[in-house]
Amino acid sequence: MRWGEIIRRLVLVPPTLFGVAVIVFVLLRVVPGDPIAMMIPPGASEADIVRLRALYGLDQPIFHQFTIWLGQVASGDFGRSISIRQGVLDLLLTRLPATIELSLLAALIAVVIGVLAALAGILARGRRAEWAVDGGIGVLLAIPDFLWALILLLLFGVLIPLLPISGRIDPQVEIDLRSNFYLIESLLTGRFDTAFALLHHMILPALALALPFAAIIARLLKASLAEAEDQDYAQIARARGYSRPAILLHEVFPNALIPTVALGGVQVTLLLGGTVLVERIFSYEGIGNMAIDAVINRDFPLIQGLVLTFAVMFIALNLAVDLIVALLDPRLRHG
Amino acid sequence: MNMMYSLSRRSVLQLAGGAAALPLAPGLLGDGVAHAAASGTLTIAYNVNLPSFDPTVGLSAVNPTIQSIYQSVFDPYIGQAADLSFKPGLLTKWGWNEDRSKITLELRKGATWHDGSPVTPEDVVWSLERAADPKSGNPIQFVWSKVGNYKIDGNTITGDVKEFEPTFFKWMAFLTAYVLPKAYYEKVGAEGFEKAPIGSGPYKVDAFERNAFLRLKAHPGYWGPKPAFETVVFKFITDSTSRVAEMESGGSDLTFEIPYEEFDRLKNKPGLVGQTKPVSDIAMIFLTDIDPMLDRNVRLAANHAIDKKAIVDKLLKGYGVPISTLEAPGYAAFDPSIKVSYDPELAKSLLAKSGYTPDKPVKFTIQTTRGFKPKDYEMIQAIVGMWRKVGIDATIEVYEIAKHFELRARHALAPAAFYNWGDAIGDPSCSTGFAMFGPSPHSAWKGKDLIERIGPLWGEKDEAKRIAGWKAVDKYIAEEGEVIPLFQYVQPIIHKKGLKVVAQASGMILPQFITPA
Repeated sequence: MRWGEIIRRLVLVPPTLFGVAVIVFVLLRVVPGDPIAMMIPPGASEADIVRLRALYGLDQPIFHQFTIWLGQVASGDFGRSISIRQGVLDLLLTRLPATIELSLLAALIAVVIGVLAALAGILARGRRAEWAVDGGIGVLLAIPDFLWALILLLLFGVLIPLLPISGRIDPQVEIDLRSNFYLIESLLTGRFDTAFALLHHMILPALALALPFAAIIARLLKASLAEAEDQDYAQIARARGYSRPAILLHEVFPNALIPTVALGGVQVTLLLGGTVLVERIFSYEGIGNMAIDAVINRDFPLIQGLVLTFAVMFIALNLAVDLIVALLDPRLRHG
Repeated sequence: MNMMYSLSRRSVLQLAGGAAALPLAPGLLGDGVAHAAASGTLTIAYNVNLPSFDPTVGLSAVNPTIQSIYQSVFDPYIGQAADLSFKPGLLTKWGWNEDRSKITLELRKGATWHDGSPVTPEDVVWSLERAADPKSGNPIQFVWSKVGNYKIDGNTITGDVKEFEPTFFKWMAFLTAYVLPKAYYEKVGAEGFEKAPIGSGPYKVDAFERNAFLRLKAHPGYWGPKPAFETVVFKFITDSTSRVAEMESGGSDLTFEIPYEEFDRLKNKPGLVGQTKPVSDIAMIFLTDIDPMLDRNVRLAANHAIDKKAIVDKLLKGYGVPISTLEAPGYAAFDPSIKVSYDPELAKSLLAKSGYTPDKPVKFTIQTTRGFKPKDYEMIQAIVGMWRKVGIDATIEVYEIAKHFELRARHALAPAAFYNWGDAIGDPSCSTGFAMFGPSPHSAWKGKDLIERIGPLWGEKDEAKRIAGWKAVDKYIAEEGEVIPLFQYVQPIIHKKGLKVVAQASGMILPQFITPA
């Protein structure tokens, strides 16, 4: 990927976000569900409803509401949550680190499981053991992350109650950290007891997110390894007497990695999307969990902020994947 | 209290050896339900998140489910007993003068805020005036604005009645009726209060992780009985499956609002206890006064064709109380003499008078949520089946609860629409009144007949006459079939052995009323 391509992609970011903003803003106001209707208590009169609507700025025409909101967003003000009554940006910045840490841990677990499964599958190529590996990958892939969440919750929360099944950290633990990146900060500052407490809570939701993603990595990598292993350079290496594991690791794996990262990297967005339900099931305090409440409460400003945040994350991830692929692939690196 | 997590060898082994421990599961289960009462910490797996700490404004202020948390931290003006009756709270005395032109309130002496400063009459007046200010965003402002011009004399507060509201003092025990600290709030502002709220209730906020947990500590200066538990943790677990798992894993001491099947299963498990209590929440079907509900025969037939007892017994496992009016047992205007019988033959004959038979049925749409309340969709399916037998062909339309609110506010609901209706103050104005009075944005029935009957009751100063009036309205509604009351909900509570839980008819789970057995 050349610098020109990177700049072209970056230039496209603002119009993409603008398009997302328009769609989400209009959709929210077109689909059924009025936050004021949910807020009015018994006994409220029409005048009370009008008063509340004006209080939240919902009495203005949609276009006017949109221009006000867009102007605010451009100046870094995402508005104020109707249900939580705090600044949306503040809420996002507080909660986003929890989701990022969970996603990173899930991605790490997925990569480890996926790579190991792919290597096991390719080493067992042509034997019955390959069926077992393929079958296992198929099972991981067939069960969606939220179902894995329930399975893990019942397995390790109820049947063998070894791991906590709710929250980001034990309520009895005092958190004395400066940032909201609890895990990263506690690891960097050597507070391993806190890091362990966090990991204790994160393992089940991270595993639920990781398993389907691990299957995708395994399937892509295994297919790429098989294809690369059949290439001439691998056959020549074998003819020269190198062992198969050595050829797989040193020759085949680096080449098979490129298509896996290119295709699998895009799937990371699925992992991020999965956080919504998985965080809910494990009562994990990320933006996914908050997104469900925002939708239930028809909290327009918060939903808009959340969708924009997810959009930025998706765009950044895709860009990062392209950059990594360019770094890994000398053909792209040198144009 | 600073309880740092210890990185013990045991916990490392637990983390690493989960899978290897599968065969040990039965033994581990015993530990999972160990009694928590001795730990000094009560952990409640709670069914909703806490959006905002200010209990007087915004969306969460009118969410009855969140009031348990608010009432743990803040004091309502007037307290409410487990049976919905009223009792002294921060106010020890309250009342009208002879001609209902003034109110008098007396503040309890010795109450303190969580920062140790005293609760003053100025706090009470400031809270009432703020609630009455249209700019504050208090959703119940229309009640609080009916009294003003408060004056303070010692611990006694008087106010002028601008418009008589018979339920003013009842509201003082419920939604948005909390006393907040004037000086502290003005010092820290709305944002500061959200970050560090203080109240005068039995517990003070110790730690809050949004959407995860709220940790409370007993308030040493609380004016009431000292709470049995020094620490209370509300874990926000909105998914009912996860709440059930929390109880089975031993992660929480108490939970509620779980499926009745799970309740029956859990209450039979060693170490767990189940208890139920009818609460101030009913299931009902709104009838909108549009065709074909303008036909009295159709309305009455729709009422008489429903076997409510069978629905409660078969779908709700017996956890419900069939009702004939919008007043549940325990409400001020509950009248057991009003009965709407299950009589499919009567339903058939009523429909026949209007020219409908099972072969030539009357057709309309019934709207319902699916999963918002226990067995809501299944219940409507059963009702549609019962209706079909007598000559009513109803089509089910499933919608989200948000759409229901919007349609109801626009008077655009289908001819029939399922809903639940809470009335934690047990007053008929909040049940029959707001649900059936035409000008209310919540009513689906806009007919003049009810407007004329209900209208005079809003300002009725004679309490006995007012309640009798509401009973007469309920009787009229039942005879005209203008709404279909179904049953009163029963709240299932599961808790660990070793706890004594005083279930509240309001449905609140109040930790200050939970003690070691």
